[in-house]
Amino acid sequence: MSTVLKNIIRFIVFILVQAYILDKIPPIQEYLKPIIYFLFILWLPFNISRPALLLVAFVFGLCMDYFSGTPGLHAAPCVLIAYLRPFILNILLPREIAGTSYVEPSIRSMGFTPYSVYILILTFVHHAYLVLIEWLQFGDFLFFISKVALSTALSLVLILITELLFYRKAKFKTNTA
Amino acid sequence: MRNIFLFIKKFFVFFLFLLLQVISISILATYNKTHQALFSTASNEVTGWVSQQYNDVEYYFRLKKTNEALAMENSRLRNIITEKWDAPDTTKTARLDSLIRDTLGRIRKFNFLPAKVVNNSVNQQNNYITLFRGAKQGVNTNMAVCGPDGIVGRVVSVSDNYCVVMSILNHYSKVSAMLLHSNYTGIIEWDGSNPAIAELNGIPKSAKVKMGDTVITSNLSGNFPQGILVGTVSGNTIDPTTGFYDLKIKLATNFYTLQFAYLIENTMWTEQKQLEAKPVINP
Repeated sequence: MSTVLKNIIRFIVFILVQAYILDKIPPIQEYLKPIIYFLFILWLPFNISRPALLLVAFVFGLCMDYFSGTPGLHAAPCVLIAYLRPFILNILLPREIAGTSYVEPSIRSMGFTPYSVYILILTFVHHAYLVLIEWLQFGDFLFFISKVALSTALSLVLILITELLFYRKAKFKTNTA
Repeated sequence: MRNIFLFIKKFFVFFLFLLLQVISISILATYNKTHQALFSTASNEVTGWVSQQYNDVEYYFRLKKTNEALAMENSRLRNIITEKWDAPDTTKTARLDSLIRDTLGRIRKFNFLPAKVVNNSVNQQNNYITLFRGAKQGVNTNMAVCGPDGIVGRVVSVSDNYCVVMSILNHYSKVSAMLLHSNYTGIIEWDGSNPAIAELNGIPKSAKVKMGDTVITSNLSGNFPQGILVGTVSGNTIDPTTGFYDLKIKLATNFYTLQFAYLIENTMWTEQKQLEAKPVINP
């Protein structure tokens, strides 16, 4: 399956899963909200150009917004993590591996620790920015801190489950392998 | 000039990032003010259609509860039909008919339009509901929406076949409500924590409020008819700093299982708003 087709399918699946499964779960607790849709951006290929990455993230976030009812709320954090992603990948990846032999970020292509750090940082940034926008409209400081912390923890668990359930074969790029 | 272009080219990605951030924040800001976002009519049609496909499945699992709620409502309505009441003198029967204009010159002020709920959320900070009724069926923005059990919200945007309703579970939602037995009027708001509990603000402590008191929509709310059930009082502490009650209201509508709703059209809405918009001339 080509990378483009695979990512288009992921685009649709992540939005539908977030809008019709995770958002339908009755809240156990005010600050605990399952969010996983942004994993789409973290799974995009290494070799995507930076302007394209930003635009894809913007369109993806806006689509998510139209399904959840507040346009703009998810688009802003998506664009932010898409902007930060190349910097973090540059720091975490050894030069010779970066973008040369593997197609996309995964445990196999980056190694367990760099990949977890990558996921952790971007999940935290995404949630912090998302809740910050909500907090600026209403709410108090306790709301901000607790919601960022608890939702980040819950998202990390969800991402771990996703990684275990949907084992991605770390594909080599054909011309270099 | 050349240097400016070089500068822009060098930081192109950063400028693109800033531009997209500004766009998304401005979409959010305008939406919160006017509830009209970029492409909102087209996107309502698309997301409404997808939601309807999902709801077709979900609806089956809720059939029993939905049926129960509608049957309860039917029986409640049947009980207030005047034909079921016997006057002491049985030669007379009172009748109310449902013509737009009756012979006494009374006018029908509120029209009810049933609608299917196709999308609903309870766990966002601002929750919206999508109904399968739109401009083609005569839906306007600002129409009130109630369910079989009580109030639901207000229409904020309309496309051809769908409309988006701001539910009571929304930080921007404000509905005028009053206590049934003492007629004190306040505002129903939601603090974002529990989808079953709302707050009633603006009731002075001179009012006597007991637990379990009924709260209904007030005569002051333009789009809601008076007397639709909002809920019952489930917490009545007095805020010592302001001298007003902190009333917690257990909402009558169960937003988790909502499947049908009624759009309420106030036929005199435009007339009332036009009059109120006119500047008052002091003699």
